[in-house]
Amino acid sequence: MTSLETLISLLPTLMKGLVVTLEVFLLGSVVAAVLAFIAGLMRLSKFRIVRFLAAFYVEFFRGTSLLIQLFWIFYVLPFFGLDLSALTAGVLALGLNYGAYGSEVVRSAILSVPRGQTEAAIALNMSPVLRFRRIILPQAWPLMIPPFGNLLIELLKGTSLVSLITLSDLTFQAMSLRTTVSKLEIPIFALLLIIYFVIAYAVTLLMRALEKKATVGRA
Amino acid sequence: MALPKVLSLREHDSEDSERRTRIGQKTKDDKTQESPETTPIVRYRGVKKSFGDVEVLKGIDLDMMPGEKVAVIGPSGSGKTTLARLLMTLERPSAGIIEVEGEPLYHKRVGARLVPADERHIARMRSKIGMVFQHFNLFPHRTILQNVTEAPIHVKKMPRLEAEEKAREMLEKVGLIEHIDKYPEQLSGGQKQRVAIARALVMEPKIMLFDEPTSALDPELVGEVLAVIKEIAEKGDMAMMLITHEMQFAREVADRVLFTDGGNIVEQGTPEEIFEHPKSERLQAFLARFLGGVGGGGQ
Repeated sequence: MTSLETLISLLPTLMKGLVVTLEVFLLGSVVAAVLAFIAGLMRLSKFRIVRFLAAFYVEFFRGTSLLIQLFWIFYVLPFFGLDLSALTAGVLALGLNYGAYGSEVVRSAILSVPRGQTEAAIALNMSPVLRFRRIILPQAWPLMIPPFGNLLIELLKGTSLVSLITLSDLTFQAMSLRTTVSKLEIPIFALLLIIYFVIAYAVTLLMRALEKKATVGRA
Repeated sequence: MALPKVLSLREHDSEDSERRTRIGQKTKDDKTQESPETTPIVRYRGVKKSFGDVEVLKGIDLDMMPGEKVAVIGPSGSGKTTLARLLMTLERPSAGIIEVEGEPLYHKRVGARLVPADERHIARMRSKIGMVFQHFNLFPHRTILQNVTEAPIHVKKMPRLEAEEKAREMLEKVGLIEHIDKYPEQLSGGQKQRVAIARALVMEPKIMLFDEPTSALDPELVGEVLAVIKEIAEKGDMAMMLITHEMQFAREVADRVLFTDGGNIVEQGTPEEIFEHPKSERLQAFLARFLGGVGGGGQ
């Protein structure tokens, strides 16, 4: 049986990995959110070419595997003169991939705001920017939060793949502990599960709080 | 006409009748004085609108004078709502010209030619027009007060305090001052529609469009909304286009009544001409159907 002491001895290494995981997760989320909004809005453009470009991006990154996208960005792009650090490559791949999924969330939330809201805003002579910022987005945003929460958790779990492009994240550190310390597979991987779960649960709670805030005054 | 449908209006009648006659005289006077030199505030010329293969307006010619109250009646799908939506710039006409105060709404004059106008021109023209919708379309994420101050603050760049003061004044007028901090979903349909009216009025349009403002309301709430509109019609000098199925209301408020059917204005005239002496068969049939057999015969 493992003692508490051996468990504690595993922690410093795992914590080092946790820092990298959180870094990739947070940066990846920011890139994904930005891309989700850009691509989601582009898909609602009145210009066909803009819609097409966004649709192409979304279909491409949804339709190919995240792992292979990571490999391309990290191992293949250097052949085209684009040499990215492992962190940049990881953040970029996660951001591009989940931004594609997120754009669908943005698009459908905006579309589900009733047409009458836009018409009322036009009748009050609000400009398109004003209409979006003050009328459409505040109503679409609460609808985006739950699916965004799901995607963030998916993205978190996706960060474990960056261990395959040389980043020393949580999963990478667990794997290296397994090879350096013998017979501790069970505690190592139990801890790994727990840590991912705790972060994911924190994300869930955060999104719930956000949702509550976004719907204040309304049922 | 003792129609059960309009009984709810009766209670307002006694207090309003005096004012109505007074206003009625005033509008008549205004017209005789002004009509020769006044340009129409709204002018439709050969306006057509199609949705796909369906032509909902088949060439509308219509002038509205400043301050004139025009009621539009007609069966569903006759194009009456589209008539208002084109003026509010919610739909573009497929053909024809609409002018507001002598200026084309969707076009700019370049020499003798008309070219499609940019968004800036349309926004400037649009500021003269306000609209009240069948389904209210209040902003659910804003309080009643915020619904009314939204456009003054953000479109007209009015200082917040001034906008709030004006909004309170409007909400007082429509009888909702005690509800200003509530959200739309906490109000009844009739109250929501009165907020929508205040929200449009606060922008001080010269032309107000009412698109079946009571059609989505429970019958017992219709009266309160009609009373508010009637009051505005009597006190205000705005031109008004009232699309409605409330015949008694159209008769009491309108200077002129248009009957639309099949994408055309089939008949128009004073309320008396339309309701008492309908000429076309289609209008006669419509009134007979609508007034449940009472027909155009009247009182």
